[in-house]
Amino acid sequence: MTVTSGVATGEAARAGAPGRQPKRKSLHAGEGRRGTLLVLPTIIALAVVIGYPIVRAIVMSFQKDAGLDPATGLFVSGGNAGFSNYTHWLLQKCGDVKCPPGTLGSQFWPAMFNTVFLTVITVAFEVVLGMAFALVMNGAFRGRSLLRASVLVPWAIPTAVTAKLWAFMFATAGVVNAILHRQIIWGSGEWTSRFAVAIADIWKTTPFMALLILAGLQIIPGEVYEAARVDGASAWQRFTQITLPLVRPALMVAVLFRTLDVLRIFDLPQIMFQGGGGSGNATTTLSIRVDKQIRAGFNSAAALSTITFVFIFLVAYLFVKVLGANVIQTQQAQQKGTI
Amino acid sequence: MASTTAGATGAATRSSSDAVPVYSKPAVTWAGVRKYIGIAVIAIFCLGPFYWMVVMAFREVGYTFDNTLYPTHVTLDNFRAAFSTQLGNHFGRALANSFFIGLCTTVIAILFGIFAAYALARLQFRGKFVILGIILGASMFPGVALLSPLFQLFTNIGWQGTYQALILPDISFALPLTIYTLTAFFAEMPWELEEAATVDGCSPGQAFRKVILPLAAPGLFTTAILAFIASWNEYLLASELSSERTQPVTVAIANFTGSVPHEEPYTTVMAAGTIVTIPLIILVLVLQRRIVAGLTAGGVKG
Repeated sequence: MTVTSGVATGEAARAGAPGRQPKRKSLHAGEGRRGTLLVLPTIIALAVVIGYPIVRAIVMSFQKDAGLDPATGLFVSGGNAGFSNYTHWLLQKCGDVKCPPGTLGSQFWPAMFNTVFLTVITVAFEVVLGMAFALVMNGAFRGRSLLRASVLVPWAIPTAVTAKLWAFMFATAGVVNAILHRQIIWGSGEWTSRFAVAIADIWKTTPFMALLILAGLQIIPGEVYEAARVDGASAWQRFTQITLPLVRPALMVAVLFRTLDVLRIFDLPQIMFQGGGGSGNATTTLSIRVDKQIRAGFNSAAALSTITFVFIFLVAYLFVKVLGANVIQTQQAQQKGTI
Repeated sequence: MASTTAGATGAATRSSSDAVPVYSKPAVTWAGVRKYIGIAVIAIFCLGPFYWMVVMAFREVGYTFDNTLYPTHVTLDNFRAAFSTQLGNHFGRALANSFFIGLCTTVIAILFGIFAAYALARLQFRGKFVILGIILGASMFPGVALLSPLFQLFTNIGWQGTYQALILPDISFALPLTIYTLTAFFAEMPWELEEAATVDGCSPGQAFRKVILPLAAPGLFTTAILAFIASWNEYLLASELSSERTQPVTVAIANFTGSVPHEEPYTTVMAAGTIVTIPLIILVLVLQRRIVAGLTAGGVKG
């Protein structure tokens, strides 16, 4: 958003409207200094609440945790660890040997798998459902604002409550089994617990996806559809040839936001299945892994959270580079369409 | 709600089977029926689980797994149980904590954010794009990366479990969200008015205070609501950094204990969940247009 306006004015200055920009500049002398001054408090605040913890986490991640060395069984009291905290997670090394199964170090890749699995499945379903919802909501009908309000309900319910609600509905004697006429023990199966978390997350966030896509749909001018209809395009053709290409930028941004959001998922699996469904780790995500690790050792947890952070950053980078999710321009266009 | 929509589809299908409407109502087309089926599906999808939570909140404990889809065995006991402190639950206190933490977070985020958002929406200055990038990046930052350093830091300086230990980390997501949304609202303002005020002799500060701020009030209010909801819903940081005395309502609900060991007091939890959710639902109903605008502009989930 912020980015938006910046680009808008920046481009205007470069390309068009050469007359307006200098005029305003002269009107506000010292604009640059004022801008910096106004932004400064925020930068300081963010440096304290985000910058400092990041730097501190990185420093911590290169230090040894005090405690028993898992390889030698001797007590070590901190000190420089080099990359050993990172190799502990990434290469599953405990000292010089491979971490035995069951230790925390061996649980990194399963946690990574759970996180990526949840991300892929929830985002895929949210795109399809969100698109369908947005198409329905884009039409004109009575009670449209009522529907839009009800779509906000899953979003407004705190995730902790959502998790309890779905855990209750997925209970063995709960309403989901009653409707399905099954006796599935959702929490103890490896895949059933994963799907239970996925379903709860899809329920909670599809509305958000639908609203973002709807904002993208609303900026497509109606004449385009009119022209296509006159030319004899079928409804399916209109969808694939007009709607999809035109809504793609908004869709990419929505997918980017959702992907980054679900990669850090914590509340839902943590509360639904106390940190791990199945035999105990089936729904343990990266964030839950970090949270569990904190009690076993700060520094090792710091390394893991840094890995998580870098991983999410890389995914964001790939999205913007490869898939061309243009956060800036899309938001600009949406703003004009919706606000 | 679900019943209303069910009624709507019912009406749609009824009139379609009636066939040959005599009066000049718009002809019932297959597309029209499909649209109302779609609307009904969306409404049931979104409101079904919420409806179930409310139904269960009013159902007697003994009928927890009765699974009758309409309200039966209605009672208020669950709400009494939710506020009872006999079993070590402090739901009332947790509500007050959440409210206090949310309010402080929101006020701080707005105070800092309003200046930054104004500068970003309005002024040209060096390093603007870097700052935009930082704020965008900060809004996608995984909260868990703050956890281990803050946990250690707060333990060392004796802040562990205090209110400031809960408010400070909340700024990390509330402030980027605030700036993001506010800038969107600011960018849409009629800035000619500000220029006119400066021409009339106002200082930039006066013009901002007397002209822009009153106009921006609705946007400010919406942004505050979004920041408050985000803070109200926070769980990850609070679950590690709060104590029994300061824990917010999300943590309290996650840790609710019942009278029977190893048995979830589901109906009590659903009652507590209903209490926590109702204020948000009312806000959403009243402000839905603005909230949707703020959400799609910010693109940040609460």
